[in-house]
Amino acid sequence: MSHPERLSSPGGEPVGTITDPSQVNGRVGESLAEFAKRHGLTRSAARPPLRAYVQELWQRRTFIWAFASAKTASTYSASRLGQLWQVLTPLLNAAVYYLVFGVLLQTNRGIDNFTAYLITGVFVFTFTQRSLTAGAKSVGNNLSLIRALHFPRASLPFAYVIMELQQLLISMVVLLVIVLATGEMPTLHWLLVVPVLMLQLLFNVGISLAVARAGAFVRDIQQLLPFITRTWLYFSGVFFFIPKMVHRFNEDGHAWVGHILEANPGAVYIELMRTALISSFRQDLVPYDPSYARLWLYAVLWAVVAFIGGFWYFYRAEERYGRG
Amino acid sequence: MAKALKEKIAVSGAQPEVVIDPTREPIVVVDGLHIVYRVYSAGGGKGTAATALLRILRRENRPQMKEVHAVRGVSFIAYRGDAIGVIGTNGSGKSTLLKAIAGLLPPARGAVYTDGQPSLLGVNAALMRDLSGSRNIILGCLAMGLSQEETKKRYDEIVKFADLKPGFIDYPMSTYSSGMGARLRFAIAAARTHDVMLIDEALATGDAKFKRRSKAKIDELRKQAGAVFLVAHNLDVIEETCNRVIWLDEGRIKMDGDPQTVLSAYTEATGK
Repeated sequence: MSHPERLSSPGGEPVGTITDPSQVNGRVGESLAEFAKRHGLTRSAARPPLRAYVQELWQRRTFIWAFASAKTASTYSASRLGQLWQVLTPLLNAAVYYLVFGVLLQTNRGIDNFTAYLITGVFVFTFTQRSLTAGAKSVGNNLSLIRALHFPRASLPFAYVIMELQQLLISMVVLLVIVLATGEMPTLHWLLVVPVLMLQLLFNVGISLAVARAGAFVRDIQQLLPFITRTWLYFSGVFFFIPKMVHRFNEDGHAWVGHILEANPGAVYIELMRTALISSFRQDLVPYDPSYARLWLYAVLWAVVAFIGGFWYFYRAEERYGRG
Repeated sequence: MAKALKEKIAVSGAQPEVVIDPTREPIVVVDGLHIVYRVYSAGGGKGTAATALLRILRRENRPQMKEVHAVRGVSFIAYRGDAIGVIGTNGSGKSTLLKAIAGLLPPARGAVYTDGQPSLLGVNAALMRDLSGSRNIILGCLAMGLSQEETKKRYDEIVKFADLKPGFIDYPMSTYSSGMGARLRFAIAAARTHDVMLIDEALATGDAKFKRRSKAKIDELRKQAGAVFLVAHNLDVIEETCNRVIWLDEGRIKMDGDPQTVLSAYTEATGK
């Protein structure tokens, strides 16, 4: 990543025609920089050490939660139906996808309960997609707050992902109702929803942090994101049955395509959620000899890599977010 | 070479030298600060997709990019308890200097050293435009690191200080007049003791009553041994509030001293 926002590195540059005032001041015995250092002053807006930064961020957890709730409330305040949209939006989404892929295209080859299958995929992927989109705007849309008050900037991408999580939790209730209505029975597997969501949350926070930094300095990202997320959506097996495709690629001798499809984090979290919620889907998978251990391994690896990588990447530019 | 030398003398002679006062505790040290920033003009050029593509192919910079050398070698020390007024004509680099102290603009050369994180209050009136005043207060306090109990304790004080019209506290901040927005913002920021507070015309839109209260708040802040920087075009405000005035001219310090001297010299020079 280049730093277009940085004009020149401070120091390390030959002093040109302009006198360094610390030299003018030489007769006092110490330069201004030494004087400042002796009194414990630090460079303005320097990035705190990682440990202190994490502590500061943890200390802001109430802010993160309150910010997310307030933003959710204000999003719907102008519409007549208000908070009801939080339930209506996922329902309408599900209806549209069911109409196109279930009724018109009849894509449900090999899947017993296609309605539940499809809607689970849509809801789970929407969480990742919306986290990414919100993350890209999280710094740019809050410059006035960033400039006026001092707080760890990572709070903002965190808050936007929490906002999407609150929305997802409502969608999950809708989803459970749909799953029950389509004839599935509640089983102990449902408990797996919690770890799946936690891992997906970690993953989403990670990618949001990364895209938040990119979006803060290169606004073009926001124009590009819709295309990226849409491509990702089509590759994540929301409408298709990935094990079947993997099987086909294996027979054609392109096994590597199958491996990529299986390792795709979008597909991993969707697949895990489906196996947790839909018992008929677990039956559909049996002929393809599914490896649950590998699926869980991918889920954990993606979550850890994305979270640590994204956090580190965001933190490295902490002192520059209010600029521009 | 001779030309360069001459320039050297001219520039260093133009600005007053910094004398360190060993008896006082510094809080902001600005050391030979130069700020250069780029501006992009929106107009000009044809602005079509084809011209944008040509520009990228030719590896040119964005159109109408200009480099502005806004602050040119400024040095000074602010001590604990200082309230410093920054004056100068439009475009003399006042706001740029404040932004640099807040760490929002990277120095092209030189450095700014501060104790703690400065807080900058600018003219744009809202913190979170789409949220109500009361949400802004709560979120602002939490963002500054106050606990929930502290926030609850300060809430009434902030509302009272901002002195909004009844009912407005529940409206989104985007509906506020600029004066109301500025008052609320100042009230929120002042709820926590900042070591360095930078106020860029943020008090200009307030009425006489608010000016009195904000002066009291600034005095309180000074007593807690922080420092306040105040940019204002209204010289009366500066004279009443500040104990020291810096006069900027074309990015250089023209004068730095007690308010009476600097302000009268400034008034004379600008012919007010």
